[in-house]
Amino acid sequence: MSEKLVVIGNGMAPGRALEHLFATAPGRFDVTIFNAEPRVNYNRLMLSPVLSGEKTYEEIITHDDAWYAVHGVTLYKGNRIEAIDRAAKTVTAADGTVAAYDKLIVATGSSPFIVPIPGADLSGVLVYRDLDDVEKMLQAAKAGGRAVVIGGGLLGLEAAAGLKMRGMDVTVLHLMPTLMERQLDPAAGFLLERSLKARGIDVVTKANTKAILGTDKVEGVELDDGSVITATIVVMAVGIRPSVHLAKDAGLSVGRGIIVGDDLQTSDPDIFALGECVEHRGVCYGLVAPLYEMAAVVAAQLCGDDAARYLGSVTSTKLKVTGIDLFSAGDFAEGDDREEIVLRDASAGVYKRLVIKDDAIIGAVLYGETADGAWFFDLMKKNAPVSAMRETLIFGQSYQGGAPLDPMAAVAALPDDAEICGCNGVCKGKITAAISQKGLTCLDDVRAHTKASSSCGTCTGLVEQLMALTLGDAFNPRAVKPMCGCTELSHADVRRLIVAKALKSIPEVMQELEWKTSCGCAKCRPALNYYLLAEWPGEYQDDKQSRFINERVHANIQKDGTYSVVPRMWGGITSAKELRAIADVADKFAIPTVKCTGGQRIDLLGVKKEDLPAVWADLNAAGMVSGAAYGKALRTVKTCVGSDWCRFGTQDSTGLGVRIEKFMWGSWTPAKVKMAVSGCPRNCAEATCKDVGVICTDAGYEIHFAGAAGLDIKGTEVLTQVKTEDEALEMIVALVQLYREQGHYLERIYKWLKRVGMDSVRAAIVDDLDERRRYFDRFVHSQAFAQRDPWAERASGEVASHEFRPLAEIGMKEVTC
Amino acid sequence: MTDLWHRVGLVTDIPRRGARCVDSPFGRIAVFRTAEDRIFALADQCPHKGGPLSQGIVHDTSVTCPLHNAVISLQSGEMAGPDEGRVRRFAVRVDPLTEVIELSLADNAERLHAAE
Repeated sequence: MSEKLVVIGNGMAPGRALEHLFATAPGRFDVTIFNAEPRVNYNRLMLSPVLSGEKTYEEIITHDDAWYAVHGVTLYKGNRIEAIDRAAKTVTAADGTVAAYDKLIVATGSSPFIVPIPGADLSGVLVYRDLDDVEKMLQAAKAGGRAVVIGGGLLGLEAAAGLKMRGMDVTVLHLMPTLMERQLDPAAGFLLERSLKARGIDVVTKANTKAILGTDKVEGVELDDGSVITATIVVMAVGIRPSVHLAKDAGLSVGRGIIVGDDLQTSDPDIFALGECVEHRGVCYGLVAPLYEMAAVVAAQLCGDDAARYLGSVTSTKLKVTGIDLFSAGDFAEGDDREEIVLRDASAGVYKRLVIKDDAIIGAVLYGETADGAWFFDLMKKNAPVSAMRETLIFGQSYQGGAPLDPMAAVAALPDDAEICGCNGVCKGKITAAISQKGLTCLDDVRAHTKASSSCGTCTGLVEQLMALTLGDAFNPRAVKPMCGCTELSHADVRRLIVAKALKSIPEVMQELEWKTSCGCAKCRPALNYYLLAEWPGEYQDDKQSRFINERVHANIQKDGTYSVVPRMWGGITSAKELRAIADVADKFAIPTVKCTGGQRIDLLGVKKEDLPAVWADLNAAGMVSGAAYGKALRTVKTCVGSDWCRFGTQDSTGLGVRIEKFMWGSWTPAKVKMAVSGCPRNCAEATCKDVGVICTDAGYEIHFAGAAGLDIKGTEVLTQVKTEDEALEMIVALVQLYREQGHYLERIYKWLKRVGMDSVRAAIVDDLDERRRYFDRFVHSQAFAQRDPWAERASGEVASHEFRPLAEIGMKEVTC
Repeated sequence: MTDLWHRVGLVTDIPRRGARCVDSPFGRIAVFRTAEDRIFALADQCPHKGGPLSQGIVHDTSVTCPLHNAVISLQSGEMAGPDEGRVRRFAVRVDPLTEVIELSLADNAERLHAAE
């Protein structure tokens, strides 16, 4: 029988320990996790990009629900452990749940320190620790006003930069004379202060906060010199304290943190502790790299490797504020036994300082140019003698031994045991071996297999260089391509930033996201127009000049400049009346070709642009609307005759197809969406190569999606099965809405699925009914503005009728007379 | 010979970042209006496969052909990038007060006379 392992806390440290455990000894433990936060394990280092709007919560999840399911882990979300009974070997949770353990891991982390000043308990005083705190800050930022951040350390400055990006005025109050004094020397601290001020963040150093003012909620902050700064929120980021309460109550030895030995056992041999809550050899850690090293040791110990030891860590720090490059590691206090090498380039904003003791680097501070951080850190950890390269050391690795190396050669020159990813302790050799042995070709694969660059992401450039070295020309460094030549941002970045910064027009997007061209190009403008339309239905005014001609004139341009016209035939059903109208139109306007399409429609080819409004008016008069055969939109729902006529039909496939099409027509999508409904598994409507398909069975409806039968040929994937037609419609609508919100412009559903993965689609649409309803409701809302026949609007002269006529005619007479 | 400038319409007849057509003895001419209200006139025929440039997306002082995405400079009439080819340009002038656009077929008109 498996042993019972209970984990208190679900942060990054225990998450990593479990990964090691499941890799080494799968099935050995029956694992139960109690998480005080109501969610899965996410990458806490990435909270700053979430705050600033550069990432979303979904993007920083480390273990999704499926991961816990696969490993048979019982995860209690939002359930705090209140007591440990060491005699009975049980833990008791806030809701009364009791769990027995054979081994227990305490990973309660730390809590923010609240400065005990008057007003510290007012509403609007926030801390910066977890996602709930970020959400509170975002809520506050919406109202605008000024945020005062108390504490100019790593967390405080990241919070300040994030709130500034969200549009708040920000003041940072710091007790010490320079910022980040624990990681930076005064010179670098000053440079940092200067570049924060250049971003419009006020910085007050030597600021001793006397009180937070306000009656019910925060109104301002008073300093001890009597000055007052008005504020709508105050963020306390002065430091963290290990959370030791639970361990202390259980009678474990506790100092500043829970005291552990090199084996990471607490004073009770069945209880391990790791992460920010522990004190090891007198040191408490708050950075990720030591926590991960501890995680590996705890996992090894649990698997029976009694020799596994944690010996303490040398740490390095990077500030995660976009646009500010800062690296610090080790000890940089001045002393008689120490020498230092300093490089300053004030105009370029570069400052580098190395502290050397006994011929080895013991500290490094880099500002403005941090590419050599990894190299210095490596020399430092290895205690490598530096006298031989002393004169050029500060210039970095490229300048050692002969001619300057390009960055690529510098990476090539690194030894195999050089650490590339400090967060996860991954060395060069491990990465290059994984790339060549497992045939990895993209950054995400390398992250998945080695963990390198998967935490704070600052080593991404190095990892990419290693990939380029190992793979040669096969490596495409821009796996994430910019949208077009007008920007460096990818489609994903742009979509995210449109939401995060609430950008509501194309000029606003181009201004805020620093477009390089004054008015975009034919690639980005249609994409931006779609993203804005999808994000702000009813609010955003469609920009017709940013649409491809087909979507502007609601017909398909042909090689000779004429157009083709396809009226909608719901579910592929037509009538004698409609066919007669089509025949009349073909005669009246001398339309040369009439053809059946692959989507069960009739195509009128060779219509002159000038004739379009009149053609539409005649088709409208017979009750037909635009078939949208030209749009990145819902095109067609193809059907078979189903139970109405077919002797094999199991359900009313025609009826369902018509219902779907009538519900969804008019909606714009990232790329065209073609659907089909087949009444039985014989699949006459060919639903299994469509963007969305339904196969009816006696038991109900199989919902398929992500098929392709164009440039690529691909069968669909089965999303799920439902019993009723109503459920089928709801599921399909929610699926398409999810795609509308996540898809990159021109990315078909099968490519979108490949990018986001089936698990995330199922989690949003299938597993979570409330979530599905929310997607459904958002689609319905957007349809209120989309479901208007563009033909009728133009045929009646309401919209753009002018477009279809020549502006003027210059006759032969005028020229020649 | 009469005035070579032909009135074709008002600036406001053409949407910003858009085009309208003028029919002439030399075929269809596309008259463009940029985001900054500059007006250009080119033959409505892409040098690549004859696509109607008037139907393309206008960005800065270029237009992207709707058929195969060739990018053509409205100022020079030349194709951008590795493509080679040039579209016939026509002179235009705008009266700053009335915003009337006038178009000249001058060069081509000369040739027409010569041919007679």
